[in-house]
Amino acid sequence: MTNAIPTKIVINCSTGVREVLELTQAEIDEREAMAIQAEADRVADEEAAEAKAEAKASGVAKLTELGLTAEEISAITGA
Amino acid sequence: MQAIETVTVGSGGQASIVFDVIPADYTDLKLLVSARTTGTGQAWQLINILPNGVTANRSQRYLAGLGSGTDNGAGNELQAWASSASSTTNTFGSVAINIPNYLSSVAKFFSIDSVTENNATAALQVLTAGLWNDTSAITSLELTLNSGNFVEHSTATLYGILAGSDGTTTVT
Repeated sequence: MTNAIPTKIVINCSTGVREVLELTQAEIDEREAMAIQAEADRVADEEAAEAKAEAKASGVAKLTELGLTAEEISAITGA
Repeated sequence: MQAIETVTVGSGGQASIVFDVIPADYTDLKLLVSARTTGTGQAWQLINILPNGVTANRSQRYLAGLGSGTDNGAGNELQAWASSASSTTNTFGSVAINIPNYLSSVAKFFSIDSVTENNATAALQVLTAGLWNDTSAITSLELTLNSGNFVEHSTATLYGILAGSDGTTTVT
C-alpha cells in the first residue's frame, strides 16, 4: 500500500486559473515541522495552566493558614 | 467588499488551499472559510495561515472557549480552526479573517475569528489577534493543515475591500 502525496489547490486570483498540485518535499517537511511546533505549544499551554492552578491552590492554602475565611479569600482573589 | 475568488474543495480533499497572485487593487482583505477536515481525536483541527507561503515572522495571541472551559495563549503562528472528523457528521467550522492594509510595507495585522460546530459539549471558539511582522505586501494566502485534508465541499472566499475617496471610509 502506498501513501498518496498530499495535494493543494492553487487559484491564481488575477487570472482565475486553478491547479491541483502535489506538495513538494519542502512543503511536506514544513507541514511536519508545524505539527511538531503546534504540539509543543499545546503542551506548553497545558503546563502553564497547570502551574497557574497549582500556584493558586497554594496561595489559597496559605491564606487559609493565616486565618482568612473562604469569603475573604474569594474577595481578594476574585475566585 | 468585492469577492475576488472562491475555492471549493472537490472529491478527495486537499491538504492546502492557496490564493495566489492576489491583486494589489484593494485596501483590506477578508477571507471567509467554511471547513471540515479529516483529522481525528479532538473535534477541531488547526489551520495554519501562511502569508506569502512563509512561516517566518508570524505571531498571535488568542482567547478560546471550549464548551466547558476557557483557554488563552500566544505563539509564533497564525492559526484558525475547523471542525474535524471527530465532530458531528457533516458539520463545518466557520472562520473569518480580516487583514487591513495588506499592501503595507510594515507589519500586517490579522484578526481571526474561528468557531467550530459540534453537537456535543466540546466545540471550540477562538478569537485571535495576529501579526505578520514583514515588510512585504501580501501577494498570496495559504491555508494548510498539519495532517490530513480539507474535506469535499469546504469553501474559502477571498474578498477585497476598498477605501472610500477620503481614504478612510470603507465602501462596497
